[in-house]
Amino acid sequence: MNYSLLSTEMLMAALGIGLLVLTILSPREKGHQGIGYAAVFGMVAILVATSFQYGINETTFREIWIVDDFAVFMKQLFLVSAIFVTLSSLDYVRSLPKYHGEFFVMIIFATLGMMVMASANDLITLFVGMELMTVTFFVLVSFLLGNGRSSEAGIKYLILGATSSAIMLYGMSLLYGLTGTTIIPELVDGLTWSPALAVAVIMILAGFGFKIAAIPFHMWSPDIYEGAPTPITAFLAVASKAAGFAVMIRLFIQGVPVTTGVDWIVIIAGLAAITMIVGNVIAIPQTNIKRMLAYSSIAQAGYLLVGMMAADVAGIKSILFYAMIYVFANIGAFAVAIVVGKHLNSDKISDYAGLGQRQPLLAIVMTVSLLSLAGIPPLAGFVGKLYLFAAIMDQGVLWPAFIGFVMSMISVYYYLNVCLYMWRDDPKDDQPIHVSGAIKLTVVVSMVVTLVLGVYPQPLAEMANIAAKALF
Amino acid sequence: MAFAQFSLENAWLIPLLPFVAFLLIVSFFRNMEKTASTTAIISSVISFALALGVVAAVLQRPELIEEPLVYSMRWFSMPGLEVSMGVLIDSVTAMMLFVVTLVATMVMIYSTGYMKGDPGYSRFFAYLCLFAASMLGLVISTNLLQMFVFWELVGLCSYLLIGFYYFKDSAKEAAKKAFITTRIGDFGLLIGILLIQVNFGTLEFVELAEMMPAFALAHPFLVTLMGILVFVGPIGKSGQFPLHVWLPDAMEGPSPVSALIHAATMVVAGVYLVARAFTLFQFSPEAMMVIAYIGGFTALFAAAIAITQREMKRILAYSTVSQLGYMMLALGVGSLSASMFHLMTHAFFKALMFLAAGSALHAIHGRTDIFQMGGLYKKMPWTAGFMVIGLLAIAGIPPFAGFWSKDEIVLAAQLGGYTDLYYVAKITAFMTAFYMSRMVFVAFFGKENPENHPHESPINMLAPMGVLAFLAIFGGLVGAPWVEKGFSYWVRYGEYVPHQADLMTMASSVLIAGAGIALAWVIYGAKWIDASMLAEKASFLHKLSYNKFYIDEIYQWMNEKIVAGTSRVLYWIDLRVVDGAVDGSAKLTGWLGDKLRLSQTGQLQHYAMIFFAAVVLLVAIMGMMGAETAMALIGGGK
Repeated sequence: MNYSLLSTEMLMAALGIGLLVLTILSPREKGHQGIGYAAVFGMVAILVATSFQYGINETTFREIWIVDDFAVFMKQLFLVSAIFVTLSSLDYVRSLPKYHGEFFVMIIFATLGMMVMASANDLITLFVGMELMTVTFFVLVSFLLGNGRSSEAGIKYLILGATSSAIMLYGMSLLYGLTGTTIIPELVDGLTWSPALAVAVIMILAGFGFKIAAIPFHMWSPDIYEGAPTPITAFLAVASKAAGFAVMIRLFIQGVPVTTGVDWIVIIAGLAAITMIVGNVIAIPQTNIKRMLAYSSIAQAGYLLVGMMAADVAGIKSILFYAMIYVFANIGAFAVAIVVGKHLNSDKISDYAGLGQRQPLLAIVMTVSLLSLAGIPPLAGFVGKLYLFAAIMDQGVLWPAFIGFVMSMISVYYYLNVCLYMWRDDPKDDQPIHVSGAIKLTVVVSMVVTLVLGVYPQPLAEMANIAAKALF
Repeated sequence: MAFAQFSLENAWLIPLLPFVAFLLIVSFFRNMEKTASTTAIISSVISFALALGVVAAVLQRPELIEEPLVYSMRWFSMPGLEVSMGVLIDSVTAMMLFVVTLVATMVMIYSTGYMKGDPGYSRFFAYLCLFAASMLGLVISTNLLQMFVFWELVGLCSYLLIGFYYFKDSAKEAAKKAFITTRIGDFGLLIGILLIQVNFGTLEFVELAEMMPAFALAHPFLVTLMGILVFVGPIGKSGQFPLHVWLPDAMEGPSPVSALIHAATMVVAGVYLVARAFTLFQFSPEAMMVIAYIGGFTALFAAAIAITQREMKRILAYSTVSQLGYMMLALGVGSLSASMFHLMTHAFFKALMFLAAGSALHAIHGRTDIFQMGGLYKKMPWTAGFMVIGLLAIAGIPPFAGFWSKDEIVLAAQLGGYTDLYYVAKITAFMTAFYMSRMVFVAFFGKENPENHPHESPINMLAPMGVLAFLAIFGGLVGAPWVEKGFSYWVRYGEYVPHQADLMTMASSVLIAGAGIALAWVIYGAKWIDASMLAEKASFLHKLSYNKFYIDEIYQWMNEKIVAGTSRVLYWIDLRVVDGAVDGSAKLTGWLGDKLRLSQTGQLQHYAMIFFAAVVLLVAIMGMMGAETAMALIGGGK
């Protein structure tokens, strides 16, 4: 038993429990910003600790737990998102009725769930990690106590989330029945094509599709994104989605590869196409920025599925690369939405009018983030899409890339629509918008990363490549 | 020589420093004029020092001539495409770094006087820094793509600086013209680069040089095609016929800009590109011939126009076009050394002449017609003196710099077997001596114009001219034929062939230059022959030359009749067919979005139903068709 492989998760759990105790001990309302800062510092330290885990590639606990480059890369992605979400919540929590400290603790536990998912080498562990994440999110989504929309979102997420978990668990039990094992890399040995396998794969895919919000398993996401506290929306859109991809990649590349005869690539292809098309098209008429970003994140899942379709090192590498830059672009956009939404008490896109005059920094960051999501060079999003589409085109399959190109063009419309309001129109009132230091740090870092990776993507691309190779 | 070694290893600092200066100026020093110009000059001086270090290091390591020092980092990579960015140093690079940083520094110092009191003072220095950074980045490029990026950046800077006085319509027009005309060339260059990437799988100069001989044997036609396409870029950038039209108009920019960008550095980027990719051309005699003849024709053609022009900077501009033609000619006949040598000396004396012209124009407040100047030498002895030095250098009077480099070119044409180009070069040399003397005699020594109240320029403008004048006098001696291991030993392509001083050629060159100057003196100095009578007698030729062979008018006509006519047709198609389709599909998409959003009812049971339905549907689809059919459906598989 090599407990050191669990060290970062143990640290994370200790951090969460410690902060929870501190929250209970410290005076209400006052000390809770401090909890937030402590959470950020703790997670930064753990982020640094994870970087020493590259190159380990070992399993423990009878192979149910694995630490490989892929897992470490994903964990770093989750931690980065969690850190930025916490940073951008520091001010936001003051508008919550109560339980400020617990808010941060919950974020830590959700992240812990994701980290477990990344390292899960076995179906049960995978499921436990996923439930830790999902159940925490049930709480986080309905954190705006007394707000009907938030509670509604929480209930919807709870019921639909439970439904999807049930279906996925059913699929997993079928897999276990067919193979007699739950260890992911061992699944492949006992598998041949059978109708039961096809059903199992589809059910598991449905469960993962729910987490990554791929159409038609996306129905929950617009309502929940709109109702949830904005930082949690960001966290859902970024980290929860990436966690879904992490387990999906590991299970489908290592456990149920296409060589078993069940061709999940076909299903993924269909999902990718419909997700890209419908996600982008419905985003057009949206008037609420959170709903718009929800559909945008659905569409982005479609692009990522294109990388999954390639199902080789280049494809996985492109998913990892894109997921990471997607974190920064989305965090930038959501951080702006947090500040503006809190200040104006509205998430309407038309209320972004004149943001360029009122608060140029926020408007610039929003513009850069949205353009990166749209895939405009020289921003990181362009490089990411290039990798994704190049991976599938390299296999001689052109149509997903074609749909991707056309849909990216369509997406420019609704992204630029926001920019148009921000830069063209005059503000409705001239009250200055206060931006806290933590938000400034978040938006500036996200923008700089988006810009730098756009012109010099090589370092991240190489990291993603190393992580992707660990699976093959 | 620790410093030389340091410079060699850290040559990337040379373009970086001006770029940092640019960032500093635009971010912080926009309203602090003194700080802005000081930052610019300091960055440029340090770059110059580093460039000197690089030159010293290269002189210690002759092996760099054949084996350039390359260090680079991966910029981005994809299957089948790897692009790096880095630094390539050999003797040609070292020479260019030296020339660019030197002229940039001199021009910046000069500009502190010239641009004094201008409301755009800081902006001017910011642009100059950006230009210097881009140009130096271009010089050290290791591959064609990196070079292309910087190539476009210097084009952008040129655009910004030509249109520096953006409130003047003529400046705006000239900036646009320069940008669009050079874009035409860039288009050819880009296609050439793509063709090279597709065929070789790399754009690195070093790798290309290794692969070229074998490839050229197998595909001689492709190599010629690549060569000519790549050469289209330099035709635009270096003002070769027929894309030379932008360069004279570019004189709308401030004079220091003309000196730095449109005489000494940016316009020679085209020559430099051909030199960098010399292997490519080396293996295609046809492409070399194209270069040689376009260069030769441009040299003669521009000289013929310069003879009758009346605006001082325009004369200098046409002379630049003509001299660039010379450099191209030298490359075309196969002599990299001669071309680079002339590039260097030309940078010295032409920058000097532009700065002197700027000094004169500054003093008489923008009266540009040389016939309205007259007798400036009395009030501006230094400026006049510098201009005369420039004249002697460009005319090719020994021991001034231009003499040695022009002689090399003439010799190269002769050795290359291009007798016709040999005479073209000789005739051009005569014309150059004539029109340059004409300009100097009329503007500086004629009768004084009482409306002018010229005054000598301040020391910060004269000192940089002094430095350049020194180099214009003595800079050519490094390539004098009796110097052992002179310029052509260091900057060369292939084997070193020491050549003997050809006294006949030298003597005839001096004679021709002298005759040109003498003839100008007879007509414009002593006025023994009436110039206007000559113009009347040969009125057809005079008009042809004065109106620049009507090239602009021909382009105008082509633009109005052919381009505009075609565009009217296309406009109709665009409006009816394309826009109709685009608007239609946009409306359709919007409509679809409106309908689809209705699926989001907000009802939990609907959501769950869709979820289950999707699962059932997928199971059904998978059950109905086998994996084979499904795979065929998505068009492939593994």
